[in-house]
Amino acid sequence: MPAKTKKSGVKLRLDTMTPQDYEKLSKPFVPSRPVFKNCIRAFLSGGLICVLGQAIQEAFMAIFDMSSREASSPTVAVLILLSVILTSFGVYDKLAQWCGAGTAVPVTGFANSMCSAALEHRAEGLVLGVGGNMFKLAGSVIVFGVVAAFVVGVVYAVMGWGGTH
Amino acid sequence: MIYLWAFLVGGAICVIGQLMFDVLALTPAHTMSTLVVLGAAADAFGLYDPLVKFAGAGASVPITSFGNSLVHGALTELQRDGWVGVVTGIFDVTSAGISSAIVFSFLAALVVRPKG
Repeated sequence: MPAKTKKSGVKLRLDTMTPQDYEKLSKPFVPSRPVFKNCIRAFLSGGLICVLGQAIQEAFMAIFDMSSREASSPTVAVLILLSVILTSFGVYDKLAQWCGAGTAVPVTGFANSMCSAALEHRAEGLVLGVGGNMFKLAGSVIVFGVVAAFVVGVVYAVMGWGGTH
Repeated sequence: MIYLWAFLVGGAICVIGQLMFDVLALTPAHTMSTLVVLGAAADAFGLYDPLVKFAGAGASVPITSFGNSLVHGALTELQRDGWVGVVTGIFDVTSAGISSAIVFSFLAALVVRPKG
């Protein structure tokens, strides 16, 4: 008879232990995530990146006399350029340690995932390394975004709704 | 004032992402994909544009706006060109983001020696 722990009632014998048993046993020893602190950090850093984006957008609107919609594409491009530069110097990933989702959710995080994948696999060559791995992380975002957009488009087309809001 | 709303709304969307990381224990890829689909769904119901009007970059910088833009491109060309617009229009608005991310990342890979 395998011994059972008092609390969890999980078998202690390693050879009969299932992954579920292991999870049960190890759970009390896994450090809990500081959710509240992480959320505050994500809020502050993510909010600041959006404020920076707003400032860049207003600058485009003022200097090139653009509407806010026209200005949004160059704004995104500038943010992505900044993100790629910071990633190249290894700064973005240090920031991400502190900011969590605050640097991952903005479009800068999308660029960071592509740039760091490109740099990481540079040694495998330009085609197989850089070209083949750039979308390793960003790919799922594009795939699910496009499929979702396609579904919405088909629904609108079938229902005969107008396209613009 | 728009800066305050950009900060608050942008920060709030990031908190949603952080909660998906920490509470739901999703991987970054799952989290980002979910947020993009949420953004697409929000635009399908016409909810995302008012948010952009209200919060500016607070709504247009987070990845949710990527889903919004994909739907926007598809619907705009659907209206203009009919059925085929659903396929041809998807990348219409997001081209700037994806193209610049590809080009800048590629250039970085040419120039930068990886660290660590």
